[in-house]
Amino acid sequence: MNARAASAGGLSARRIGAMVLRYWYLLRSSWPRMLELIYWPAVQMFMWGFLQLYISTNAGFFARAGATFIGAVLLWDILFRGQLGFSISFLEEMWARNMGNLMISPLRPVEFIAALMIMSLIRLAIGMVPVSLLAIAFFGFNLYGLGLALAAFFVNLILTSWSIGILVSGLVLRNGMGAESLAWTFMFIMLPLTCVYYPVAVLPAFMHPIAWALPPTYVFEGMRALLIEHTFRLDLMLEALGLNVVLFAAMSATFVALLASARRNGSLMQTGE
Amino acid sequence: MANSPPAIEVQCLTKVYKTTRAVDGIDLALAPGSITGLLGGNGAGKTTTIAMIMGLVTPTSGSVRVLGAEMPRQRYRVLHRMNFESPYVDMPMRLTVRQNLKVFGLIYAVPDVNERIKEIAAQLDLLDFLDRPAGKLSAGQKTRVALAKALLNRPDILLLDEPTASLDPDTADWVRGRLEDYRLEHSATVLLASHNMVEVERLCDRVIIMKRGRIEDDAPPAVLLARYGRDTLEEVFLDVARGRAHVQEAAQ
Repeated sequence: MNARAASAGGLSARRIGAMVLRYWYLLRSSWPRMLELIYWPAVQMFMWGFLQLYISTNAGFFARAGATFIGAVLLWDILFRGQLGFSISFLEEMWARNMGNLMISPLRPVEFIAALMIMSLIRLAIGMVPVSLLAIAFFGFNLYGLGLALAAFFVNLILTSWSIGILVSGLVLRNGMGAESLAWTFMFIMLPLTCVYYPVAVLPAFMHPIAWALPPTYVFEGMRALLIEHTFRLDLMLEALGLNVVLFAAMSATFVALLASARRNGSLMQTGE
Repeated sequence: MANSPPAIEVQCLTKVYKTTRAVDGIDLALAPGSITGLLGGNGAGKTTTIAMIMGLVTPTSGSVRVLGAEMPRQRYRVLHRMNFESPYVDMPMRLTVRQNLKVFGLIYAVPDVNERIKEIAAQLDLLDFLDRPAGKLSAGQKTRVALAKALLNRPDILLLDEPTASLDPDTADWVRGRLEDYRLEHSATVLLASHNMVEVERLCDRVIIMKRGRIEDDAPPAVLLARYGRDTLEEVFLDVARGRAHVQEAAQ
């Protein structure tokens, strides 16, 4: 069996690597794309950082809780930028009218998704590492000081971001570029519901089940428990992980169904509006 | 070759989009190494037929087999042995020609991809702009790059959708020459959808004419000319498109 036949038989790291290389070529060819990765996380971090400085001058609870704002904004950016990094790489194919070339190639959907997940990590690292260092320099907030808890927060947030990215990609494949705006706006429904900047208790009682059905809620509650009460809530992280596994499986199945539907209705042939 | 199984075999193939029958129960079998022209007006069903052969569109009913694999269910058995070129599908514009070819070379598991890129760049006269972004190329250069991508994996099955649309006559003629060379060197099976009758007459040893999703006629170019009593395929095409089919046969 030659290399081509062997590679055609199953999942291929080479094909995943090819797609990562394709996005890396694109990223390094465009300084605005590179700048965009850092710009908005930095703006947000400074805004919330200065707000934190202001409220920490007051005595009492807010003086202690001030760090939760900057912690929340950095974790929110992992969630939001993780999804955006996934979705933008996907949309690059639509904007380039290259989807037809990919869909008739040996590249499998799961390999395509894997490449998008890797790119989401790379784009996130390019944006978030400098911003997290600026947070240390300007506000003394060391995200990495969270240690293992940060790893638990990160895994849960990135899994959610990928799940949403997979869903949005499926919707764009099925419905064309008319669904592109979902890539930019879908995650914002998470902002109030997952209680990024306030505890779940603040929400009306009827919204609590909705909030607790979303994995990031557990992460943001866990972050507040760590920063305010200095307690790492492993139980919250495990519950979030369980929900994330279910969410990821459900969104992957939805993507497969949307792709099959796109093949049936011919939308893979028309990647415009 | 005559006893070989068809490289592409289509049976009772139908595609219905809501209430529109884009392809309506067609049958065809393409012999290995043949080059077949798919003719028809806009909306005749050519592109949908090619899309179903590539596994890009799921048939409503009927079957497509490519190199023995049922499409789209078994497409990953054969997609690495196929390729496609169309001016309506682009390559990423910001990537250079070399980067684009490298990415597709890796996706298609082309052995020694860098050497293959040099080889095909020399054959298709791409060496001067190999490191230029694809978006900065002229229409003719873009077509040559798209052709390089389509030939990169030395496909056994090559599907072309209007490969010379929007090209000047000189460049179009040059592209046809390269296609002829490739077919002769690799014994590839080529299916070519085109509106260009000169192109079809020059390249194809068989012509299938589609109209409203159905096959109206299917024969070698010379047979079609004789059957319709015409001098060019363009006249034959117009006869079929305007419902004047088989005028000569009826008169006789």
